[in-house]
Amino acid sequence: MSKNAVFIYSPEQLGYKFSDSHPFNHKRLLLTMDLLKKIDALSDDDIVPARIATDEEIALAHDKKYIEIVKNAGHGLLTPQQCENYGIGTEDTPIFPNMHEASSLLVGGTLQAVDYVMQGKSRHALNLGGGLHHGFHGRASGFCIYNDSSVAIKYMQEKYNARVLYVDTDAHHGDGVQWSFYDDPDVCTLSIHETGRYLFPGTGNVTERGNGQGYGTSFNFPLDAFTEDESFLEVYETAMREVFEFFKPDVVFTQNGADAHYFDPLTHLYGTMNIYREIPKLAHKLAHEYCDGRWIAVGGGGYDIWRVVPRAWSFIWTEMNDLPYPTGELPKSWLEKWQKEAPVPFIPTWEDPNPLYEPIPRKAEIEEKNAQMLTKALHIIRNERK
Amino acid sequence: MIVEEIMNRHVYSLSPTNTVNDAVRLMREKKIRHLPIVDGQGTVVGIITEHDVKNALPSCLKEEPNSTIHQTPIEEIMTKNPIIGHPLDFVEEVAVTFYETKISCLPIVSGGELIGIITTTDLLYTYIELTGAHKPSSKIDIRVSDKPGTLSDITQIFKEHKANVLSVLIFPDSKNENSRILSVRVQILNPLAIIGELRNQGFDVLWPNVPGVHNE
Repeated sequence: MSKNAVFIYSPEQLGYKFSDSHPFNHKRLLLTMDLLKKIDALSDDDIVPARIATDEEIALAHDKKYIEIVKNAGHGLLTPQQCENYGIGTEDTPIFPNMHEASSLLVGGTLQAVDYVMQGKSRHALNLGGGLHHGFHGRASGFCIYNDSSVAIKYMQEKYNARVLYVDTDAHHGDGVQWSFYDDPDVCTLSIHETGRYLFPGTGNVTERGNGQGYGTSFNFPLDAFTEDESFLEVYETAMREVFEFFKPDVVFTQNGADAHYFDPLTHLYGTMNIYREIPKLAHKLAHEYCDGRWIAVGGGGYDIWRVVPRAWSFIWTEMNDLPYPTGELPKSWLEKWQKEAPVPFIPTWEDPNPLYEPIPRKAEIEEKNAQMLTKALHIIRNERK
Repeated sequence: MIVEEIMNRHVYSLSPTNTVNDAVRLMREKKIRHLPIVDGQGTVVGIITEHDVKNALPSCLKEEPNSTIHQTPIEEIMTKNPIIGHPLDFVEEVAVTFYETKISCLPIVSGGELIGIITTTDLLYTYIELTGAHKPSSKIDIRVSDKPGTLSDITQIFKEHKANVLSVLIFPDSKNENSRILSVRVQILNPLAIIGELRNQGFDVLWPNVPGVHNE
């Protein structure tokens, strides 16, 4: 009897840690799991340990020389200067002990999720430790050493001959994954993010549509800074429905960065918990409509690890298990346990207070601009349909 | 930056005796809008643009069978002795030429021969490269007072944070003539530490700069 969903996690995944003050902090995993356990949504039977990805598997999407550099850097054999050309030893992606081992466990977690779903052992699978979408073929970038998503998609192509739709709702453009499959017509990448005019990595314009054989299988939806829930969701829902219908994937792989929230310190989107309830809901529905339920979800960005990420990521798991949305008060025991450590007061409910912020002066224009962007981005498939 | 660094060296051209029809076909086939006209010695004697061709041809809405216009030699409709450029011209000069004369293409001539061509599209692309993100990066806009040493103070902060700067643009501030906007593209995902330091030192960081919306 196959399961509805598995939750991939090993405590060693927490070893992916740059420093105590670095914004990328996988304590998010503990906070999320504890929250899910306290509402009785997650039991130990649901949890499958991550495995370590082999060098050969990592090399599906990375240069072998780069893998050697990461290994040596994590074993203290290289200075930051010697790693400069590989994007590590920077303020974003500092060297830390055993960085290769920790990173390959995040990749292996995502591969584990893939195998469970593709072998029919479970309909859906979640590896919140993954989603490191900025990693490049031969270079670390933006907190990401190995790109678990690129590796996993290549792995699905080779092992299961699958046609994959990658959906990225992180507030930063999913550049690493996009460039990995830019020429490939059998992988479609869809990224919704804050415009790169200011925000890292700067790419993700609507005009980036793929190259050669892969032209027309990269979709980008750059939202204006200060975009709010309604406009975000209008873009997300329209883009998802039309791209699913156009590409007809065998399996959907979602990257669930939770940094488009108003509280997130690194971005300028004004999302609330509403978007994090709706994002997995539609992904789930469309996975059943088009992919016989095959849905793999990973984590990603999310830098308010106290007020935003645990609630946002819990919604993915409850959705995967067809549980009703948690609503109302958060469990007291959870709030009490973590409030001592948290530098900010928690939002004590699953919903955000309304209003959460002062009204945005140019709301109507921002919405209008996003709507125009959406039309431009989908023009290519709408034209084909006529 | 000089013209030879960005010009297109693969130039399609015709001779004065080619017909209007030849020009139409070549433009369509190569998806181009400008054709230098070169004589037997390789000298540029004229230029013909898509606009010239459209002006010469009868309207597509009006049937005119047996029109002889298609067979007309190009020399009858080309612009004779066009403005030309040199491979050592500065790109900025070419931009000024385009802006002032309202032309959109410059044949590049050296040693009496046509060796390249540059169009407004090439210039735009260069501009995109100068301002765009070719490597993963964040952009930070800073309003600074227009006085010596400011740039150095700012770049010192980037250096201390080991942040690689990819491009720097300085442009006039539309709100205050005593200040300028400095726009820096920097290879870093998390610019908060840099922004904090800039603000500590009294700089007015506008990131992100959306008129009418104030960001803390």
